[in-house]
Amino acid sequence: MKCSVLTLVGADQAGIVAAVTDALYKQGCSLAQASMMRLGANFAIMLRVSHDEAKDLRNILSEICENMSLHLHIDEDVDTDVLRPDPDVQVTVYGADRNGIVAQVTSALAVAGLNIIDLETDLGGTKDKPIYIMTLEGLATKGVESLQNALNALNSDIEVNLDEINTLRG
Amino acid sequence: MEILTYPDQRLKQISESVESIDKDVLNFIHELEQARMAGPGAVGIAAPQVNNFQRIVIVDVSDMRKPVDNHGHLIMINPEIAAWDGMHMGREGCLSVPDFTGNVIRAEKIKLNYMDETGETHEFESSGFEARAIQHELDHLDGLLFLDRLVSRRSDLFKRKNYKK
Ligand SMILES: [Zn+2]
Repeated sequence: MKCSVLTLVGADQAGIVAAVTDALYKQGCSLAQASMMRLGANFAIMLRVSHDEAKDLRNILSEICENMSLHLHIDEDVDTDVLRPDPDVQVTVYGADRNGIVAQVTSALAVAGLNIIDLETDLGGTKDKPIYIMTLEGLATKGVESLQNALNALNSDIEVNLDEINTLRG
Repeated sequence: MEILTYPDQRLKQISESVESIDKDVLNFIHELEQARMAGPGAVGIAAPQVNNFQRIVIVDVSDMRKPVDNHGHLIMINPEIAAWDGMHMGREGCLSVPDFTGNVIRAEKIKLNYMDETGETHEFESSGFEARAIQHELDHLDGLLFLDRLVSRRSDLFKRKNYKK
């Protein structure tokens, strides 16, 4: 077995997810992880697929990509399940929209030891008064205090919240 | 003692109240505690997780890396939550669902009553992480897993859901 990461992007239209996953399923490929979302007028699919060495994923998806005008990108991945870190911090950020919020926050956090596992941002509010919202989860490799200090030093025009994720096991 | 893992359908079974605390029950509680201790970092365990369908759970959050409010080592027989207050999202994993964690909304504070292993009844309030652990374990007694209550990370910010009993 082999593992690949697929990225598919194209104009959003009905049935993309079903078409892509059905084609893979019929060829015996199995989905390990998936993240899909609408980005503006586009739809983006990221899949981690495990499959037989002999399967040509590009070939399997070529017809769908052509019919639906999807761009396909394929990367090989290592076939392992140990690369699954559990996040230990969660950060939410919001404020009046301006350029550079993500860059500023993530740069500060990166220096302070944050390893981002998952990040999402979106715009809300009204057209003339947009607000920016970001949520992320990650690993605090240099401790939580280091991250908190980094966030405290950020511009005061954004609201930032850091929460420790204390995973319960039972 | 073997831990049942999902998709074993026995985990969806509803457990029965304990009628009397006899020697078998006490022996079982001892074994249940052994199973909890063997689980990596488990703060709680419920009888159905080891294929025993009696309403018995053990919760102990007194030994966390980062200390939380707690009532010590709790052996709870026929536990019942009498009141819920507030809600909070937190990350949960389960001995019966290996290699996956997810966000779940739980009541922030609960009032509950239970019987301990000597048959004495207790009523107390618990909040925060301990309350979460208790709710997680009590769910097992009703055939519910944290998977039945998953929410996305965004929902905490934007659409707090009502806590479903
Ligand atoms: Zn559990």
